Amino acid sequence: MGILRHLRWLKPLLASKFHICCNSQAAEVARQQLPRIYVTRRIPPEGAKILRQAGLCHIEQWDSDDPVPRSELLKKVAGIQGLYCLLTETIDAEVLDAAGSSLRVVSTMSVGYDHVSLDELKKRGIRLGYTPDVLTEAAAELTVALLLATSRRLMEAVDEAKSGGWGSWKPLWMCGYGLTGSTVGILGLGRIGKAVATRLKPFGVKKFLYTNSAPRPEMAAAIPAEFVPLEELARCSDFIIVCCALTPGTKGICNSRMFSQMKDTAIFINTSRGGVVNQDDLYQALANGRIAAAGLDVTVPEPLPTDHPLFKLKNCVILPHIASATWSTRNAMAVLAANNLLAGLTGDAMEKEVFL
Amino acid sequence: FFRPRRMRALLRAMEVFVTRRIPPAGLRTLSEAGGCAVRLWDSEEPVPRAELLAAVAGKQGLLCLLSDRVDRELLEAAGALKVISTMSVGFDHLDLHEIKKRGIRVGYTPDVLTDATAELSVALLLATCRRLPESAEEVKNGGWTTWKPLWMCGYGLSGSTVGIIGLGRIGQAVARRLKPFGVKKFLYTGSRPKTEIAAEFQAEFVPITRLAEEADFVVVTCALTPETQGICNKDFFSRMRKNAVFINTSRGAVVNQEDLYDALVNGQIAAAGLDVTTPEPLPTDHPLLSLKNCVILPHIGSATYTTRNTMSVLAANNLLAGLRGEPMPSELLL
Repeated sequence: MGILRHLRWLKPLLASKFHICCNSQAAEVARQQLPRIYVTRRIPPEGAKILRQAGLCHIEQWDSDDPVPRSELLKKVAGIQGLYCLLTETIDAEVLDAAGSSLRVVSTMSVGYDHVSLDELKKRGIRLGYTPDVLTEAAAELTVALLLATSRRLMEAVDEAKSGGWGSWKPLWMCGYGLTGSTVGILGLGRIGKAVATRLKPFGVKKFLYTNSAPRPEMAAAIPAEFVPLEELARCSDFIIVCCALTPGTKGICNSRMFSQMKDTAIFINTSRGGVVNQDDLYQALANGRIAAAGLDVTVPEPLPTDHPLFKLKNCVILPHIASATWSTRNAMAVLAANNLLAGLTGDAMEKEVFL
Repeated sequence: FFRPRRMRALLRAMEVFVTRRIPPAGLRTLSEAGGCAVRLWDSEEPVPRAELLAAVAGKQGLLCLLSDRVDRELLEAAGALKVISTMSVGFDHLDLHEIKKRGIRVGYTPDVLTDATAELSVALLLATCRRLPESAEEVKNGGWTTWKPLWMCGYGLSGSTVGIIGLGRIGQAVARRLKPFGVKKFLYTGSRPKTEIAAEFQAEFVPITRLAEEADFVVVTCALTPETQGICNKDFFSRMRKNAVFINTSRGAVVNQEDLYDALVNGQIAAAGLDVTTPEPLPTDHPLLSLKNCVILPHIGSATYTTRNTMSVLAANNLLAGLRGEPMPSELLL
């Protein structure tokens, strides 16, 4: 199907069989010379346009809103030079072997790349493009939205309005915890973490703390935020927001030890990656009142099975990984990923490259 | 604080009626004042009208909530009121004309609830434009299958124009909170320009029609008055952009709900978020509750533990000051 789309420009030139034959032969030759790329999903229109209009590659695509099945992916990557993927595809040795030595560039439409094996790419000299910055604002905005929805009990309140639980105005009904005068702790003060802090400031936050593998004074100065060990972050924060990358160092770092150190009025927010949190420990902490509430945009797995215990809790808000989900952001991500891919094909500098 | 014996004696002669079980801090303030006899409707539920009319008879002070209508009927039933203290910043439930006629003073609770209410207004705006309740529902019902590029996309604040109807205390606090989200421009409308306040946001004073036409986000934070009643109506919504988001945390009656419903259903606007409705509570079969692009909250603007306790203390102190004939911490000048 992708092939036919690519050749639509031929239509006005078709005049005779001979013409068709000559032109399609020409097209065939041209096609054989163009590098081949595989796009693992139907991508937002502006990104698709960039790939098509560049005329630099022959595009094959899994033209669906649902992820490409693994077997199909392994089949289709054979002999490609460029792979345009999403965070739903695990790009490991198996995929890279299936692609073969022709593969020069992988471009992911995400800022996270925990789904990509950096070692395997590096071994094979394959370059990696990703999409930081263009999604920072949308992700920070959603993180604050989730924090407020959790601390001010919006989901519970919406349900009460629908179910008849809303009686008259009552002084202490549906009360939550406000940000005014609070201490906010950020686990992972990167681009998104800093943007979250900037947005929270005018809500009257008294103090910002952060924990990172090492201090980041240039990030922290603008807020300002104080660098503290994880234990102190847990003990002192009224709101803990997890914005770090998922790495071997951060995997499962939010566990029973951390939750036990937190205030019982504290709110826990994770919009980084599900793997940073030990979900069983989180469930226990919420069910036992060790912390007040939690809001998650990311889980393990995704989607979270609908019978998961976390759904039984009124004080746990779960969103389906929509941090970067605005129309303009997703289109911008698609465009950036497309441009990264094309740069990788032509051996040029990428706008946003993960240097391996 | 120094209370002469004379003052305590004065208070002891007074009787007040408190129309609801108010937060503990407020009740404590009343009892610690030592003196006035407090009759309390000790329930989470509103006092029935008949009970209210009977209880106010002969009382010098009334501490009420926004769910208690203080009109001519009640004032005549009361007869001896010196002060009415409402635990709210809104006073549309008080007939100020009738109250003023009788020389009764009024206390209310501005400022102490500004932060919580502005915070909730922004929470509601974000929940609406980023489709939080809708997507949380998809998570629960199995609609979430995988990460998809264009699934559950919403409208972000970055680069947007925000229009505020009523740039009062709460409106300003909302604007302050929205600024770092990358809002490109603030517009506002009201009875008159507020140049000094607006300067903080470079907000431009415009007629309501222009606000409707240009705003990506409309936030209503005005008081309910005869002038603002029903101003968000068919004409207003017809001028709005089809991707615009409408937020009301002021009073339900500022909005014509039938017109809002039509605008949402016909795609004239993208979505709406309401913390206030007509009536409250909104009946569960109301059409607005059936719309995916309409988020309705049960009037929780000021609902944080700290704020509600602070409001109750302020309301109690307003009441006591009124009984003593002293200046109130927050008096509504009539």
